[in-house]
Amino acid sequence: MANNVPQSANEPFRLPPPLLSARCRGCWFVAGILVLVVASFASLDLRWSEFFSAESGASTLRFAKEFFPPDLSAAFVSKVWVGTLETLAMSLLGTMLAVAFGVLLAVPASRFYADDPAPLRGFTRLILNALRSIPELVWAALLLISAGLGPFAGTLALAFHTTGVLGRLFAEAIENAPPEPGFALRAQGVGTVRVFLYATLPQVLPQMMSYTLYRWENNIRAAAVLGVVGAGGLGQLLSFHMGLFQMSKTATILFAMICLVALVDVASYVLRRVMTR
Amino acid sequence: MSRLGWGLALLVICWPLLVATEFKPWTLFDAASRKSSWAFIKSFFPPVVNSEFMLLVLRETWRTVAIATAGITLGLLIAIPLTLLSTRVLSVSALSGRMAALPFVFRQTLRIVLIILRSVPELVWALIFVRVVGLGPTAGVIAIALTYGGMLGKVYAEILESGETHASVSLLRNGASRMQAFVYGLLPQNAAELTSYTVYRWECAIRSSVVLGFVGAGGLGQQMDNSMKMFNGGEVATMLLVFIALVALADAISAWLRRELG
Repeated sequence: MANNVPQSANEPFRLPPPLLSARCRGCWFVAGILVLVVASFASLDLRWSEFFSAESGASTLRFAKEFFPPDLSAAFVSKVWVGTLETLAMSLLGTMLAVAFGVLLAVPASRFYADDPAPLRGFTRLILNALRSIPELVWAALLLISAGLGPFAGTLALAFHTTGVLGRLFAEAIENAPPEPGFALRAQGVGTVRVFLYATLPQVLPQMMSYTLYRWENNIRAAAVLGVVGAGGLGQLLSFHMGLFQMSKTATILFAMICLVALVDVASYVLRRVMTR
Repeated sequence: MSRLGWGLALLVICWPLLVATEFKPWTLFDAASRKSSWAFIKSFFPPVVNSEFMLLVLRETWRTVAIATAGITLGLLIAIPLTLLSTRVLSVSALSGRMAALPFVFRQTLRIVLIILRSVPELVWALIFVRVVGLGPTAGVIAIALTYGGMLGKVYAEILESGETHASVSLLRNGASRMQAFVYGLLPQNAAELTSYTVYRWECAIRSSVVLGFVGAGGLGQQMDNSMKMFNGGEVATMLLVFIALVALADAISAWLRRELG
């Protein structure tokens, strides 16, 4: 189009863009967001007046004051310590189970070479997506019925959700792996299983490792709060003591929870720094 | 032989894990558990789809989206000022080498505030505020606002610092105010990335606002919790399907917006 414009001696005079035009996508984007935000605030019965009233302020203060001093008696601290270990164990075992099932599901969910028919691909991906889109906490609430109260339900819930996430990531890693080594082996008449074990797997293993570590980090955070519905770990202690309004004990648990999350954050930051250097 | 050794080592490591998590898969298959699970799963079919219930689900779904949106909006009110105050790029004293001691301490303190806001999970905030303001969406909105405010503030500062800072530094050197340097230097450069991260977080907030319902913060989650407690599988099934559709929709919208933003 630029070629058809006759050359002018001086710069062609350009009008500033109109302020509002039906084709201005940014304007539509901003307008859409404004409508969404206004509609959200208008439709929720938010009780700000109650929240900001003097009476509520006083009750908040009283509530905050009850947190102090935290219960640091040896018996309770050791109980919180056990809860912390339980949280870590849940996250580790859940992630390990998820890795096993994730690999099992990722294999049928991926194409190993360009013309691989992979008949189960669509179906397995559907399962992985369903597993993935239900959050851990909802899984935990559902699994309580079969697994009963306690960390077992939480572990299974973490495993279910993480299987969906990792299975999908693994499948994508397998499909994106360079096809040449597998092709070379297949041309020699090597079977599918051994092509996977000796050509595909060694190439995607580092990626799978890093996805697994990343999900473990996420799962520690999730496991800490999972217990709120009764699925073990620190969360269960938290909801139990908060339900009884034992605020000094709640404060200790909250402190442990924040420390755990902060520790995981720092550890992952440092590890990433060290490993990428 | 070495494989056997590794297998044994793995078992030794895993044993405490299995004990700590009370890992007893066989309990899933004993008669009582099997009966109750089977009854619950059977009650999933058919999902409840009568018009009265669908209307309720629709209203709660909107409330879920509204809680997430309102929460993110308030979170932005926390995040934007804290970002502007804590980002290193807008420091005047840092123009000539090192930042002066007082602004450094001030910025570091604000960063720690952001980190604390972020490291308390939103579910814990919600549990606390349900006690303070009572059951309902207010607690959910505040919980999302606090956690996501911290998250957004921290990442915004990182985005601003990781980008090309030449324009804003030149502006500051030539006597522009910090606000001018931000609006004319940093913002145009990073607007797409900032918006795309915000949209991504909005999507995450929708997911977590369902979860917050389980502690009584309103929306789809609270309704799901009620139905689960009454073992009403049909209602649970409908709401799970609606939830999966909602997440997929938010996912698609946010992916599309981020692609458009480039």
